[in-house]
Amino acid sequence: MAATASASQAGVEAAGVRAVVARPPAALVAAALVGATLVLLPILYTIAEAVSVDFRDAAGLLFRPLVARLLLNTVSLVIAASFATAVIGTAAAWLVERMDLPGRNVWSALLAAPLAIPPFVTSYAWVSMSNELQDFAGALLVVTFAYYPLVYLPVAAALRGLDPALEETARSLGESAWGCFLRVVLPQLRPALLGGALLVALDTLTEFGAFALLRFRTFTTELYAQYRTGLAGPETSLLALVLVALCLALLFAEFRVRGDARYARVGVGARRMSTPAALGWARFPVLAALGALAVATLGVPIGMIDYWLFQHAQAAISPAAPSSPALAQALLNSVGYGLFGAAAALLMASPIGYLAVRFPSRWTVLIERAAYLAQGVPGIVVALALISLTVQWVGPLYQSPALLVLAYAILFLPLALVSVRATLTQIPPGLEEAARSLGQNSASVAWRVVAPLAANGLGAGAALVFIFVSTELTATLLLSPIGTRTLATEVWANTSSVAFAAAAPFAALMLCLSFAVTWLFANRLSRAAFAGWS
Amino acid sequence: MARLSVNRLSKAFAGTPVLRGVDLEVASGSLVAVLGASGSGKTTLLRLLSGFERTDSGLIEIDGQTVSSPGVHLAPEKRRIGYVAQEGSLFPHLSVADNVAFGLPRAERRNRWKVEALLASVDLPVSYASRAPHQLSGGEQQRLALARALAPAPKLVLLDEPFSSLDAALRVETRQAVSAALAASGATALLVTHDQSEALAMGLQVAVLRRGVMAQIATPEILYRQPIDIAMARFVGEAVILPGTVRGGAALCALGRLPLARPAQDGLVDVMARPEQIRFPSRPNVDAPRARVLSVTFYGHDASVLLELEASAERVMSLVPGYRAPRPGEDVHLRVEGTVMAYPRADNGTESAEPLPSRISQLPMEPLSVGLLGIKEDLP
Repeated sequence: MAATASASQAGVEAAGVRAVVARPPAALVAAALVGATLVLLPILYTIAEAVSVDFRDAAGLLFRPLVARLLLNTVSLVIAASFATAVIGTAAAWLVERMDLPGRNVWSALLAAPLAIPPFVTSYAWVSMSNELQDFAGALLVVTFAYYPLVYLPVAAALRGLDPALEETARSLGESAWGCFLRVVLPQLRPALLGGALLVALDTLTEFGAFALLRFRTFTTELYAQYRTGLAGPETSLLALVLVALCLALLFAEFRVRGDARYARVGVGARRMSTPAALGWARFPVLAALGALAVATLGVPIGMIDYWLFQHAQAAISPAAPSSPALAQALLNSVGYGLFGAAAALLMASPIGYLAVRFPSRWTVLIERAAYLAQGVPGIVVALALISLTVQWVGPLYQSPALLVLAYAILFLPLALVSVRATLTQIPPGLEEAARSLGQNSASVAWRVVAPLAANGLGAGAALVFIFVSTELTATLLLSPIGTRTLATEVWANTSSVAFAAAAPFAALMLCLSFAVTWLFANRLSRAAFAGWS
Repeated sequence: MARLSVNRLSKAFAGTPVLRGVDLEVASGSLVAVLGASGSGKTTLLRLLSGFERTDSGLIEIDGQTVSSPGVHLAPEKRRIGYVAQEGSLFPHLSVADNVAFGLPRAERRNRWKVEALLASVDLPVSYASRAPHQLSGGEQQRLALARALAPAPKLVLLDEPFSSLDAALRVETRQAVSAALAASGATALLVTHDQSEALAMGLQVAVLRRGVMAQIATPEILYRQPIDIAMARFVGEAVILPGTVRGGAALCALGRLPLARPAQDGLVDVMARPEQIRFPSRPNVDAPRARVLSVTFYGHDASVLLELEASAERVMSLVPGYRAPRPGEDVHLRVEGTVMAYPRADNGTESAEPLPSRISQLPMEPLSVGLLGIKEDLP
């Protein structure tokens, strides 16, 4: 206790100061700036293209029925999906965290698992099950089932962190159970709930594959269609600008919510765990409801893929049974791009994260914020901007593997940055200083102290980025070199031509890959990465 | 082994001066303790010495080589300064042996004999070599941190409150082990602490850092017995302060005519004695001042006694061995052993440095335990 107090005191003394004083090495700043610039490039390009359109033309292009319809489609879906996921995610989190649900651990894993299934695979499963599921209803269903874990996970974590004494106090002050939930619990959950719902909204805005398969028109599908038909022009850049504006607005809302995400706990004393409430007879309907949710979110995708795997006779729907070499090639491509994409994202994130953690100042915060902007730029916008930029300025890069890897690095930089930051924050700066005083220069410190200590955290971060890159569809479709096929593009190509059976083996492989890496990643996280830290 | 010389060292953070012209000389092979309250600039001084921060002005020389001055900043890894941090900062991913060997040249890192000798120098068993740092106790971790700092034979070793995270019993033991290891290595060392008893016990010299300057640099005995002012007297230990006058080379106050440790000019003064100087002789002089025991705080090996002087109703504190503690209400005779300090009063009745509580009962009672029991005042 005493040690902590004096240590934190010294920390305050040093930290308050160091922000002002320490000068980060120039090479580090340069590396971080390169990353931030690469992220800003597609946004700036999109804005520049849109601004260059003549004002009257722009007005004419923006104020017309198509844009209105896209806007209506997109906005209504975003609102409905945020609401639906908020309700389902919060209810599920409450049941798992606060009720004496049989098999709580299993449920909490099952409820988080849908995150490992790319939305366009969920979409493929539902589309291939029934032709009825199309348009708004289908899109809402798919998005809700694919994204509710984005609300479930933070809300469950927040519920675990709540002090049960507050609720008990409210009850003792005469509040009913429901009133206590509304007046005490919900306000405390608000940052987690809002943050999760905003993430759902953002992902819904940027999703492309799932909606294209459902024939639901949004900004992303429209952008893709215009690019494919060769109509890309001022109209496209204006649409892209509207989309980017919507995304950035949501992203800023999310920044704001996350910024004041913490409610201070007033008072002292150790916090108890809450005692789960008894479900009683309600246990059976609750189990049935959660079971139905698991079936809809996990059972349907897995089941439909399984079904189509064994429909060889359906020649009418699957023109060609996929060959083993094609499968192997697609798997190899997905894994390869996944590895390179993860490595590139981490490489780009590391200097930015190190700068932000070890040299916090107005400038480094700005660089970090810029990197997080990538979260608000849809893959299709990044891809279109990169295509235009390379075609105009660096021809040889166009349709090169390097450009695709760069696009992945830009798209998943925020994801990588989060884990880099979390990992570095856990390494006490005293260790690096101790190494310096023992005669090691900064390169040696990086290699002998920071790298081994960060390896676990960065590995987990890389695994996460790998999952997303190896299942990424939009940028891959637009940027992959001619003839390069990944699992995602194969599923896409076959499904678009209603060859559901042909898509199945690729989708199955993709899910296996995704679940396997998730499992490894979850294992890594649960192992105490920094055991015995004093 | 090297001489450290610090000259007019200054440092401000965001316009707030932390160090304002610090001067300090540490002779080769000696250990100087820098004592300061929290916020006095101790940590900043260490960080400037080790090169983690840049100086604003002033000069740092190690063995005649300028390592810091306004135009010069030698990188931390080139200064050859060993640093033992408050929390040890052991590398959690390395074994005990690898921690010790970390700063050695590549060829020597696998030299088992050398690592074992270093472990032995801080009293750690060789069998610990393959353990992980977190398997060691707090005191062992601090000793390991010292062995690691000593390994590359640094010119200077800096210790930043290295014992503050240890409990009282372990602290004494670790202190002794560290003292012995430092003495054996012959390294020049600077120990920073806010614990008076630690500074007095460990430093050949104690430098008191106050508001960004070195207020007094002296041997522990001189610092304790002849502090430069009343604030210093209070800072390094418990003090009994009584108004009095100096005449003919002695101090006159309610405790009688007392010899001075340092000559002072005739006139009105504040007289400072240490509580343990006030004794209860069994055969008192005829003119011995008399007092009534108001209260007794019993610590075990000693006890502090609050007394009210019969003649002047002034209150004074005495420290006696525990087995000789009187009872409250008892009347006792007093005698002051040894010499006292006298600080001239700036003008009649008021004191220059900072306002004094007029009666000793208003003094904070709690810190008494600090110097006496080795229990450090620490924030919860």
